[in-house]
Amino acid sequence: MPDHSFASFAKKAFARRESTLILLLFVLLVPISVRSPQFLSMKNISTILNDMAILSIVAIGEFYVILSGGIDLSVGSIIAFSGMACGMVNESYPQVSPALLLLLGIVIGLAMGLVNGILVAYGKIPPIITTLGTVNIYRGMTFLLSKGTWVTAHEMTPAYIALPRTTFLGISILLWIAFFVIALCYYFSRFTRTGREIYAIGGNPTAAKFVGVDENRVRVVVFLVSGALCGLAGALWTARYASAVNEMATGFEMQAVAACVLGGVNFSGGAGGIIGVVLGTLFLGVVTNALPVIYLSVFWQTCVQGLIILLALTLNTLSDQHKNKKLLAQRRG
Amino acid sequence: MKRALLFVLIASLVFTGLFAQGTKEAAAVKGDKEIVILVKSMGNGFFDAVFKGSQEAAGEIGGIKTTYMGPPQATAEGQIEIIETLIAQRVDGIAISANDSDALIPVTKKAMAAGIKVISFDSGINVGGRIVDLLPSNAELIGRQQIQLAAELTNYTGDIAVLSASAQATNQNLWIDWMKQEIKDAKYSKMKLVEVVYGDDAPDKSYREAVSLMQKYPNLKAIICPTTVGLLATAQAVKDAGKTGVVEVTGLGLPSEMKGYILDGTCRQMALWNPIDLGYTSTYILNALIDGTNNGAVGDVIPAGRMNSVKVEKDGLIYMSTPYVFNKDNIEQFAAIF
Repeated sequence: MPDHSFASFAKKAFARRESTLILLLFVLLVPISVRSPQFLSMKNISTILNDMAILSIVAIGEFYVILSGGIDLSVGSIIAFSGMACGMVNESYPQVSPALLLLLGIVIGLAMGLVNGILVAYGKIPPIITTLGTVNIYRGMTFLLSKGTWVTAHEMTPAYIALPRTTFLGISILLWIAFFVIALCYYFSRFTRTGREIYAIGGNPTAAKFVGVDENRVRVVVFLVSGALCGLAGALWTARYASAVNEMATGFEMQAVAACVLGGVNFSGGAGGIIGVVLGTLFLGVVTNALPVIYLSVFWQTCVQGLIILLALTLNTLSDQHKNKKLLAQRRG
Repeated sequence: MKRALLFVLIASLVFTGLFAQGTKEAAAVKGDKEIVILVKSMGNGFFDAVFKGSQEAAGEIGGIKTTYMGPPQATAEGQIEIIETLIAQRVDGIAISANDSDALIPVTKKAMAAGIKVISFDSGINVGGRIVDLLPSNAELIGRQQIQLAAELTNYTGDIAVLSASAQATNQNLWIDWMKQEIKDAKYSKMKLVEVVYGDDAPDKSYREAVSLMQKYPNLKAIICPTTVGLLATAQAVKDAGKTGVVEVTGLGLPSEMKGYILDGTCRQMALWNPIDLGYTSTYILNALIDGTNNGAVGDVIPAGRMNSVKVEKDGLIYMSTPYVFNKDNIEQFAAIF
C-alpha cells in the first residue's frame, strides 16, 4: 500500500536532484546576502535573471544533445556566427525589424545544427569529434564573415538594442523569450513522441532501435534544436551586449555543459529534465554574479566558483548513490 | 675575343652604376627629399590618417616629398617586395609599420646600407632593423593621464575603479601601476581607487563586472577602462543601469567604436594615440635623420613641430606623447578615421 504521509512525500521530493539544487541555492544565498544585503534587492535579482536568460536558452539546447548521449561543443561558435550575422545585417539594412533578426539567427543556427546532425547521424562521427571540428569551423566562418571587424552600439539600430531591454508586465523581453523557450521545450521533452524518443536513444540505443525509434532522425533533431536555440541566443547576445565581436561566447559550451550537469542531466544520456537544467543555470548565475559583489579577491573568484560547482556535483552524486542503494535493497528485499 | 667581351660587360656595369649615382645626385641637388610611409596594408583608415599627418609635416618642413605605400594584404612578404623596389629607387627615408618585427630586418639592413634612413612606428621593427622606433606613448604617460581624465570628470572626489582586460595583460598592468602612483598625489586626496577588476576583454564578462562594481560601491563616481572592449561594455552597463552622469566612464578606446557613447554623454572623454600625430612625428624624425642634424643616438632630442620634440631612449625607442583626448567636440572627425 502506497504511503501518503508527509514524511514520505518530503523524502521523495528530496531524493530528486532538483530539490537538492534548490536547497543548495538557498544555502548559498544566506551567506551572500549577509555579506552583501543589496544582493537580494529586486533590481539585482532581475539583473541575474536577465544575465542567465541567454545561458538557459543555450543550456536547454545542450541538454537535448547530452540527453541523446552526445555533446555539442560548437554552441559558442554558433552563437558568435549568428550574433555577428545579425549585427552586420542590422548595420547594413537598418530597416529589417528586430523580430526578423531573431528569426534570421534561428535559421542560421538551424543550418549549422543541421551540418552537425548530419555528420553525426549519417557520417557516423562521434558528436564530440564532430563538434570539436565545427567549433573551429564556425568560429573561423565568423572571422571570414566580419573580416575581423566588429559591430558596435552606434552602428546598430536603437530598436535592436532595445529589444531585450524592453519590459512587458515588468519583465524584460529577454526573460519572456527565455520563459517561452523553457515552456516549449518542457512540453517537447515530456509530451511529444520525438521528445520521448530522445530519452530512449540516450538511455538504451539498441533497445530503442528495436522498438522502432529512428536513431538517425533523433540525432539530427537534437542538433537542430541545439543549433536553433544557439542561433536565437546569438541574435539576443548581440542586442544585449550592444556589440558583436568575433570572440564572443568563446568557451560558452563549458557553461552550458556545467548548467546541464549541475541540473542533474546524466552525462551518458537518457536522464535529466528541463527544470533541472533551468535550476542548474540559476545556480551558476548566482555563483558568477555573487562572487564579484562579496568583496572576494578576483584571483580567488574562479577558484571558489570551481569549488562550489564541484561541491554541488558531489552532493548530487552522493544522493543518487544513496537512492540507487535503496532501490537495490528494495529489489533484494 | 672573350676577354674583350668581358671588358665591355664590366665597363657597361660600372657605367650604369655611375649613371645611377649621377641621377641620385641630381635629385639631391634639386632638394627633393623623398620619404615613404610604408604601412601594414592599404585601405586602412588608421594608416590613411597617419599619411595625412605626414603630409601635414611635409608641408611645414618644405622640400620633402612623402609617398604612401603598402601591400594589398598585410604580409611581411609584401612589405619586403616594396622595400626592395624602394632600395632600387634610392629614396631617402622609409617609415614602416611592420607586419613582422623580425622578418623585415634583412631587407631594412640592406636599405640602411644603401644610405636610406629607416624608422618604424606603430608596429615596430626590432633593434638592428631600424634606426629608431616611434611608440605612441609610454606606460607612465598613459597611466597618469587615465587618473587625470577620471579626476576631471568627477571633480577630484569619490570612489573610482578600474576595469581592465585580463589579469595578466602586460600593458594594462603597467598602466594600472602608474595609475596607482598618480593617485597618491595630494590633489587626488578625496579620490580613492577602490578596486581593479578584470573583464578579460570579453563584452559579457566586462559588462557583468561593471554591474557588480556599481552594486558594490554605492559611492562609485568613475570607472576607468584601459581597454576598448571593456570601455564599450562598461558604457553600455552604466547606460542600462540608468547611471549616465552618476558613474562616469573613461579609458582608452577607439573613436569609431565609442562614438555613440561619447555623443550621448555616457563617456564624456577618453584617450588614445592619434594616428595623425604618429605620421606627423615620423616625418619630422626622418627629416632630421636625412639632414644629418641627428643620427638617432640615445639621448638625441629631435624637434617635431607642433608636437614639440621627442627624445631617443634606450634601444632607439622614442615615446611620442601623452595620448590624445577625444570628446564630443572632436569625436565625429576621428570616428571617420579609425
